[in-house]
Amino acid sequence: MAMISDAPVLQQTSEPAEGAAMRSRLSRYARPVLGVLLPLTLALGWEIAVWSGWSNGRLVPPPSRVLATIAELVRSGELVRHITATLWRVGLGFAFGVIAGTLLGAVSGYWSLARRLLDPTVQALRAIPSLAWVPLFILWLGIFETSKIALIAVGVFFPVYLGVMGAILSVDRKIVEVGRTFRLSGPAMIRRILLPAVLPAYVVSLRVGLGLGWMFVVAAELIGASEGLGYLLLDGQQLGKPAQILAAIVIFAVLGKLTDWLIEVAAAPFLRWQDAFGRARGA
Amino acid sequence: MLALDRVSKTYPNGVEALARFSAEIRQGEIIAIIGGSGCGKSTLLRAVAGLDRASSGCVTLDDETISSPHAKIGIIFQEPRLLPWLSVADNIGFGLADLPATERREKVARALERVGLADKAQAWPRELSGGQAQRVAIARALVPRPEVLLLDEPFSALDAFTRRDLQDHLLDLWADTRPTLILVTHDVDEAVVLADRVLVMRPRPGRLFDQIEINLGRPRDRNSPLFENFKRSVLTSLDRSLDRSVPDRDATQGPGQAMWW
Repeated sequence: MAMISDAPVLQQTSEPAEGAAMRSRLSRYARPVLGVLLPLTLALGWEIAVWSGWSNGRLVPPPSRVLATIAELVRSGELVRHITATLWRVGLGFAFGVIAGTLLGAVSGYWSLARRLLDPTVQALRAIPSLAWVPLFILWLGIFETSKIALIAVGVFFPVYLGVMGAILSVDRKIVEVGRTFRLSGPAMIRRILLPAVLPAYVVSLRVGLGLGWMFVVAAELIGASEGLGYLLLDGQQLGKPAQILAAIVIFAVLGKLTDWLIEVAAAPFLRWQDAFGRARGA
Repeated sequence: MLALDRVSKTYPNGVEALARFSAEIRQGEIIAIIGGSGCGKSTLLRAVAGLDRASSGCVTLDDETISSPHAKIGIIFQEPRLLPWLSVADNIGFGLADLPATERREKVARALERVGLADKAQAWPRELSGGQAQRVAIARALVPRPEVLLLDEPFSALDAFTRRDLQDHLLDLWADTRPTLILVTHDVDEAVVLADRVLVMRPRPGRLFDQIEINLGRPRDRNSPLFENFKRSVLTSLDRSLDRSVPDRDATQGPGQAMWW
């Protein structure tokens, strides 16, 4: 739809068309600005409130103090160390969770026998709150990296498993039939029909999985770590440094959004064909 | 020659969709299968396509038994069923994966030209109208040069004007390689415009009721009295097929058959 609405704008150069082009350019920049308007106003308001003495900002430090804390952490090199540790854990946990979730999800989706064997067990395990694994993982894998990565992988595994299996099960029978009439072999059917059909749902499940990965890295690092953003949170709480806690939260938000965006951008070229609501709205 | 020998299909739930359907179809012949709903038209077509197996009886193409999809048999469904992640050109070339890329490109380009969509080669299926999408589906089915092309109510979802346009277009494409066409339809007009022979089926269980030769030259004038005559006789037969008081006649020995052999 975006193409259709843009086309006449590009061809005509008359007054009203130029106005429309200007407006559309404006809306392209205005849209993201609209999104940051609310947080920016709140931040500014709080800054003014503290600066003018209405609040001492001891427990809720103003943005300037949070930024100063971040700058200080950057200068000392602490921040890079913490971010590296956290990213490393999320990355490894995510990788293991995605690999396991994709493999098992694909197997359960493709073979009904495997689904009958596997799925009830997986669903039962899914019903366990993932944090309940923590004591066991610590006993089995020690308190260092392995148990943390295992916990994150468990968090990532379930949405990916469910996403892949559900996507395969809901592939349109009519499209599969097209593959059959062209006598595709099993592997060719997977490569040429199932994989592309499943991809949109797969990307969504990866993003959900990543979100859970970030959730669980905090849990893992709160339980016992000497570095990482979660440690920064805990350290801030124990030493009464709310600015440091907020700094860690802000960095979590930025990293979470950034990694999610990376998946979206990496998948975009493969999903250009989608005929979706979001695309029609030019989102 | 495509031969259907006492093809029957009973579904696992006990519904007898098709009972002892026999017909012989010459290479290059255009057959229209028409009948009330539930008369097993689509079941029959799926058996010929090799998508479903008949419960008994067999389908043979040039003495080769059809039990799974066959390279010489193509099918066009009621919906275009294009693969949304492939461009129009790649959709048309879908069945040509075994060919070297240059040859494939050439064939696809020719097919696109032939169905009048050369400018849409790189478009996504979502950007096509219903008629255009069905044209792409026709091109996709024809490009591997099938000897038999099955069409399952291919134009029923289109508006009347587009439908006529595509019917003429189909005949035009058919003339290129003259494959056997078997068209399932519930549109009497469409059957008489396209077919050399109309097979009328009757429901519960689905079986052959009557066959009517359409001895009209091509191109056919939809408004000629002769055309109207054939339409009327197909309609009459269709009405009789739905009337339970009319007994079955042994269709394999019907007068239509005698005229052919």
